[in-house]
Amino acid sequence: MKEKWWKPWLLLSPSLTAVFLLLVVPVCFVVVYSFWLRSPVGQDIPAFQFGNYAKFFADFFYPSILISTIRVALETVFLCLLMGYIPAYFFYKTESPFKPALMILVMLPFWISFIIRTLSWVNILGDSGLINHMLIKLGLISEPFAMLYNEGAVIMGLLQYLLPFMILNIYVSLDGIDKSLVEAAKSLGSTEWQAFREVTLPLSLPGVSAGCLLVFVLTCGTYLPPMILGGPGNEMIANLIFKRVIGTLDWPFGSAISSILLLLLVMIVYTYNRYMGISQIFKALSKE
Amino acid sequence: MAQDKDPAFVRFEGVEKRFGKVMAVQKMDLDIPEGSLVTLLGPSGCGKTTLLRMLAGLETPTAGSIYIKGKRINDTPIHKRNLGMIFQNYALFPHKTIFDNVAFGLKYRKISKQEVREKVEQALEMVRLPGFGNRMPSQLSGGQQQRIAMARAIVIEPDVLLMDEPLSALDENLREDMRREIDNLQQDLGVTTIFVTHDQREALSMSDKVVVMKDGVMQQEGNPEEVYNNSVNHFVADFLGHSNFLKGTVKEKKDRMTLVELEDKNTCLAIPAGQFSDGEQAEAVIRAQKMKLGYQRDFDKEPGMNYFFGRIVDRSYMGGEVSYFVELATGQVLHVISFVKRTPYRRHDEVFIKVDPEHCRLLKL
Repeated sequence: MKEKWWKPWLLLSPSLTAVFLLLVVPVCFVVVYSFWLRSPVGQDIPAFQFGNYAKFFADFFYPSILISTIRVALETVFLCLLMGYIPAYFFYKTESPFKPALMILVMLPFWISFIIRTLSWVNILGDSGLINHMLIKLGLISEPFAMLYNEGAVIMGLLQYLLPFMILNIYVSLDGIDKSLVEAAKSLGSTEWQAFREVTLPLSLPGVSAGCLLVFVLTCGTYLPPMILGGPGNEMIANLIFKRVIGTLDWPFGSAISSILLLLLVMIVYTYNRYMGISQIFKALSKE
Repeated sequence: MAQDKDPAFVRFEGVEKRFGKVMAVQKMDLDIPEGSLVTLLGPSGCGKTTLLRMLAGLETPTAGSIYIKGKRINDTPIHKRNLGMIFQNYALFPHKTIFDNVAFGLKYRKISKQEVREKVEQALEMVRLPGFGNRMPSQLSGGQQQRIAMARAIVIEPDVLLMDEPLSALDENLREDMRREIDNLQQDLGVTTIFVTHDQREALSMSDKVVVMKDGVMQQEGNPEEVYNNSVNHFVADFLGHSNFLKGTVKEKKDRMTLVELEDKNTCLAIPAGQFSDGEQAEAVIRAQKMKLGYQRDFDKEPGMNYFFGRIVDRSYMGGEVSYFVELATGQVLHVISFVKRTPYRRHDEVFIKVDPEHCRLLKL
């Protein structure tokens, strides 16, 4: 029996409609808006001109924020990778009966509001936060340590947000590796470490790269950790957009910055998809 | 040549393996002669794979010792045991070319690049896949992948070749070919091989020695003919081929035969396995292929033969042969396999079954 070609589309139509109306249309608005003019009185005039883009690249101020955003994102990716691979590998290896419980611990942060999680770091790292309070009580320091409002605190906030994505992606990749491959490698004469390097690590790379991409993209678009945990110098590109749009109500310029960020991320995701295949990410997310 | 072969090239001495409360292998004593092909045969969960994995170093025995070439290897890590292992699912490295797969074990053996290349090519030739070096495992069929797995295992010149159900992932026709190929390869190389399977045909057709296991306990060991024809107990007789079991009481001994009175007062002459005393309960085992059928109307008693009378209740045609199921007066159904004659028996035919006492074996209950 021949499948009706329109049947899958019919089933997809509710979600396609939602995606179209709630994502594609607004993004088009943003792109269109980025070409508009802003009058001195604050009124937005429809136009087609590149003034907003020119403004972004007029001096080094805005691009430098974009560059520092990418730098922070790369640092976050690197730390997430280091801190994510080890627990993922543990989950893959362990035969502990507590494994499901431990897996749930990894998911747990998803169930708590991101804002609350981020704000709670203030109570831990702040001048009168938990750590400083304890250290002063113990008499180890007399003045509180300044741990908040710097790049370290921002990355810390990003890590606690993004680590689960990395762990899950790597774990799914590891979990798909046939355990007899490692056994075969060892029977052929490789040590535990050599078997890891030769077999497990290369075969887990799809998950690693999927995790890295996800963390990178999410970091580039995040504005809460730098806003709550960062100082004035730790602004990221999303904070800039937030300020232009909400603060100064300069929608055209905010839209232009958004479009630049969007273009950059699309290019990165496209390149990734060319070489790795985007489906790896869906594999990890559907595992939950 | 036979003299310098070590009769206990691999030796299991009181080897046990316990997983929590489950005894996977119990008190296993087994010697494997050098250059032989030994099959560990049994249903799933009988401990055969666990035994193999303990030899490979993938499981640690709970008790007992394992020796290879007289050296105790319990504490030798797996990568120093020099064993070639072949897995059920081939376990080829999917990210490496065929060449790199086969060369994998040679990397750890301090051999020059030139020599590695020669050895790999030689191994690929041996499994009849020369020139496949540049392909990836995913481009190969199941049978080809299994041959590459063989090449990868034999190229390191292992002391013992371990195969864990290597044919079960292949389809029927291919399995037959691969079985013969493994057999030939093993004989050419003369490498001591341990082959785990649940398929009795595989075990019987290629082994020098078959070890039948059940619930972690060795039931019988011996060459294929011995295990098949002189099964020591119900389980072995039942597991190897199609057997019929007839319960009865020992009546009297005649020469080397024993007369058994069956439940329907019919009698059966059988060769006893072991010592029986009069009045003892026993069961006679008869292979389905050793029974001969005839129409009851043509019945003509031949002295010294065992006869059973019944009616065919079912049959299945299998090309060269037919399986008949014959119901006796007691209600017991006997399985008879015979070659197809011009007119096969039909359902409801009244038949007699003739069995030579030479093919009846009496087992203890």
